[in-house]
Amino acid sequence: MSKLARSIAFAGVLALAAGPVFAGTYSLGREAAPVEVSAWDIDVRPDGQGLPEGGGTVADGEILFQERCAACHGDFGEGLDRWPVLAGGQGTLAGENPVKTIGSYWPHLSTVFDYVRRAMPFGDAQSLVPNEVYAITAYLLYLNDVVEDEDFELNKANFTSIKLENEGGFMADDRPDTPNLAKSAPCMTDCKPEVVITKRARVLDVTPDGGDEGGPAID
Amino acid sequence: MSATKKNPVRTTRRQFLSAAAGGGAAVTAQSILPVSAAEIEGLPPEVADWSRYLGEGVDAYPYGQPSKFESHVVRRNVPWLTASVESSINFTPLHELDGIITPNGLCFERHHAGVAEVDPAEHRLMINGLVEKPLIFTMADILRFPRTNKVFFLECAANSGMEWRGAQLNGCQFTHGMVHCVMYTGVPLKLVLQEAGLKTNAKWIMPEGADAAGMNRSVPLDKALDDCLLAFKMNGEALRPEQGYPLRLVVPGWEGNMWVKWLRRIEVGDQPWHTREETSKYTDLLEDGRSRRFTWAMDCKSVITNPSPQAPLLHKGHNVLSGMAWSGRGTVERVDVSLDGGRNWRHARIDGPSFDKAVHRFYFEFDWQGEPLLLQSRAIDSTGYVQPTKDELRAVRGTNSIYHNNGVQTWHVRAGGEVENVEVS
Repeated sequence: MSKLARSIAFAGVLALAAGPVFAGTYSLGREAAPVEVSAWDIDVRPDGQGLPEGGGTVADGEILFQERCAACHGDFGEGLDRWPVLAGGQGTLAGENPVKTIGSYWPHLSTVFDYVRRAMPFGDAQSLVPNEVYAITAYLLYLNDVVEDEDFELNKANFTSIKLENEGGFMADDRPDTPNLAKSAPCMTDCKPEVVITKRARVLDVTPDGGDEGGPAID
Repeated sequence: MSATKKNPVRTTRRQFLSAAAGGGAAVTAQSILPVSAAEIEGLPPEVADWSRYLGEGVDAYPYGQPSKFESHVVRRNVPWLTASVESSINFTPLHELDGIITPNGLCFERHHAGVAEVDPAEHRLMINGLVEKPLIFTMADILRFPRTNKVFFLECAANSGMEWRGAQLNGCQFTHGMVHCVMYTGVPLKLVLQEAGLKTNAKWIMPEGADAAGMNRSVPLDKALDDCLLAFKMNGEALRPEQGYPLRLVVPGWEGNMWVKWLRRIEVGDQPWHTREETSKYTDLLEDGRSRRFTWAMDCKSVITNPSPQAPLLHKGHNVLSGMAWSGRGTVERVDVSLDGGRNWRHARIDGPSFDKAVHRFYFEFDWQGEPLLLQSRAIDSTGYVQPTKDELRAVRGTNSIYHNNGVQTWHVRAGGEVENVEVS
């Protein structure tokens, strides 16, 4: 056996020996190291799974919020231009113009932590360390009157004890919720006595190139 | 050498034809639009430039583009809808398209932190959580799994969301353009999850994007194992960057937000995560202040794309009405069309392939003599569900739901052929 062939054979043995025992059918992919998983696994659930060690106070959060968040969300989370409103709106959900904020609408505090940690500040995602995310989350609780003490510290230990007002405001999908006409065959002729136009797009005139700007934001 | 030189006789001949047009000779009897001199160029008895001179050779455009005469066929934004273009939406020009497949460059865009520019050589997909062995895949690994090809529509849950309180935007591009339908090539998600080995308490997965929004949603494991795909091609070519290149999740029939783009990680868990996009967004506020959550399936829906506000009727006489229908719960079995605002209905003709959870194309040929029309379409899917009217939806949901507005659309065609978005009694 030539030297080259011997080294190829040796490499083959090495590869076999080093190859992990796969659960899968195709032996594709490689095992993720714990350090790789922990670096990417940044999600947080309502039961606290995924929360990092640490904590931060309302007072610390206020300073961070002014520096990192207020340019879009406003000093008090009121939302500038069309950027999201983060505070207020309690009691508006059943009204004509609901204001959906962390305080009025969001069911779980973990969602705030998870989202800020992964996606905020807008354009500089994942730049906040865990203590900063705790502090900003604490300040958002303060802006929404969920906590009232500026010295309050939100941390891994007390996190799941904080409940938001609208946690019980959600229900399962119960569609279809409109008349299922197919079972009795939908009407084909003389289905209504007369037809009149009740609403027109031209009254609003908010189509691009149509002139005015307006209408409610969808995001 | 001078292949594009103008025919010196042309001016004279065009002038002659223009004069003739003035006398009515070149105006077709039923047209309601005047024919301009420019439209006569190249028409018989003229011989067009493109019939005389050489065109561009091969490789003039190594990646082909549509004709310059189609340059108006583009996605459009509605600037007042969102705060920034990086977290925004644009709309597919449905009124310019036909068949069931959307061209890749016209598929609407929805981003939460702009288009991530991902180098496929450096892209990794991690599977972790309740698995026997957390795994990391390269794109080359993904391409070594068995593949499948499927046509699916993708609709944003907020499609038609601006119309809950009444007719607002003039054009099906804006009222219905957050939908597209392409053929995906990808790997069944089931195969990739099984490669990592699911633990017995696994019930949910959380796909996560590699963009700066880190988009994450909770998907029940049953759906993941049923028909979800990890797609890397659309309509035969690599995913476009704005559609998640190099890898996106395909969640057939379910709201587009769940089809996570630039897919970097899937965590397996025993309960949902309640992420921002499934709590503060993509939940459906009802009139009593409560909200539906996890409203994943896109209900049966249809819209007439021609005529429509951006595509008025131009000719009296025989006309073709065209539209599209889809259902997140199966195939579309039937589409009915009304010309009188829902008083009387007739069956439209579905033409082309009928795939599960894909767009269906329908046609209705009709004669028009300039009378006002109130056009509607209503689709019925393979579950027997009938597309409801907007008022039927409002009766059960109010007007603050934002999402899942699949109500019947009405277009008002006026005597001159112009079309307006309206609602009727």
